[in-house]
Amino acid sequence: MRDVAVIGIGCTKFGEWWDRSFRNLIVEAGVKAIEDANLAGEQIDAMYVGNMSAGRFIEQEHIGALIADYSGLAAEHIPATRVEAACASGGLAFRDAVTAVASGMSDIVVAAGVEKMTDVDTSMSTDALAGAADREWEGFVGATFPGLYAMIANDYMHRYPLTREQLAQVAVKNHYNGARNPIAQFQKEITIDTVLNSTLVADPLRLFDCSPITDGAAAVVVAPLEMAKKFTDTPIKVLATAQASDTIALHDRRDISTLDATVAAGNRAFKMAGLERKDIDFVEVHDCFTIAEICAIEDLGFCKKGEAGKLTEEGVTALNGDLPVNTSGGLKACGHPVGATGIKQVCEAVLQLRGEAGKRQIEGAEIGMTHNVGGTGATVAVHIFGRD
Amino acid sequence: MSVPRFWRKIPQRYNLEGTRCETCGRYFFPPRNLCPTCRREGKIVEHTFKGTGKIVTFTVIRSASDQFAKLTPYVLAIVELEEGPRMTAQIVCSPEEAYIGMPVKAVFRRLGTEGESGVIYYGTKFAPM
Repeated sequence: MRDVAVIGIGCTKFGEWWDRSFRNLIVEAGVKAIEDANLAGEQIDAMYVGNMSAGRFIEQEHIGALIADYSGLAAEHIPATRVEAACASGGLAFRDAVTAVASGMSDIVVAAGVEKMTDVDTSMSTDALAGAADREWEGFVGATFPGLYAMIANDYMHRYPLTREQLAQVAVKNHYNGARNPIAQFQKEITIDTVLNSTLVADPLRLFDCSPITDGAAAVVVAPLEMAKKFTDTPIKVLATAQASDTIALHDRRDISTLDATVAAGNRAFKMAGLERKDIDFVEVHDCFTIAEICAIEDLGFCKKGEAGKLTEEGVTALNGDLPVNTSGGLKACGHPVGATGIKQVCEAVLQLRGEAGKRQIEGAEIGMTHNVGGTGATVAVHIFGRD
Repeated sequence: MSVPRFWRKIPQRYNLEGTRCETCGRYFFPPRNLCPTCRREGKIVEHTFKGTGKIVTFTVIRSASDQFAKLTPYVLAIVELEEGPRMTAQIVCSPEEAYIGMPVKAVFRRLGTEGESGVIYYGTKFAPM
């Protein structure tokens, strides 16, 4: 297999884009990524697009071809494939692009992600998102997506020492980082009281424990490492790509508070890269809810089960801590346009490794990780990146 | 969601009719036709569950999609049936009453309505014992 590098990135600002369309957002991200890679459109060999639910959100399917078309590539007839794994759609689209290049099948491949969620009301988006879990045996009986993560939180807090304040600190920390990210949906710092005084959504989770509904798109360009220097002085090497699956329903998991797919994908990624936990300088984890970040830090092996709350409280995961987590602001503050999230995480890792992360730059970052979850943990993608 | 989806005659929607693998003895609800442990070596037979169990974890849903909005706040839980398998269900009790470990039993209840004048659909909830 060939070594693969990221040679270009592009991201729209995340937010509520009532004046822009699905195709408008993804084309902006794609053009930015292609410009960043100093490419011409006709050099692209293939495209993979992560998207969860365009059918429910904008009543449009068949978006692989649509995006290739509106990217001006219809006449090139490139293979354009939609990839779907709920909230992990972007992470899987990236992995498909990496494996296409690694295998030698393609050279220059675009991995993109997009979701336009505000064209429907909150009730309908809540319903669409519940499709990320088991529709027939969870959604049908009244489970919402926040409700499922709330049951993880309740199980976790029953078994391990995690305070409500420590959980809130995850959101406070991610808003602090988001306030330093120009593409973030919420560029505003909050306090623990902001979280604790917000509306209950599903006990014990409150509004500020939840990632928002977001419009946005992100795209990256990958190429064989040996060709990468032709396009950029700062190629970022993909050191590992890993993916894992688990039961679709939360109630069928071995352990409700452990995402075994995160454990499996994390272990595979570390093995593939030949690295240890201490080698990672920063990580973007899938904090769709505050409890999800706590579980992710533990399930990726950065600390023992039950310790992530204390680490968060002590500032270990803060921007200036030993293991900065979610420097982009995470899903919580940067926003969560479902299909775009996994690609945005890659964009953030690349910015940090290039030293272009501005006010949220981690000094001397050399190795970073991304962690993207679908549903309540039925699909997980983990990637590790390094400076070449 | 469409009418046929809720009208279809799936018995386990209305009763706790699941399955059991005679090879390894594991019970399944929701039913599985392939045992994850024994796979093709497994022998799957039907099994009707007793309907008793306990709450493993729960939440109080305060914000729901349209079809459940009128019910909020309602208790949603993962229930472990006496025979072993776990399922997600609403608990017919007040938010203050629910606790982890609470013994519950299955009851047949209306789950929702398809809009103002649409079909009513039914399923299993659990009540405190």
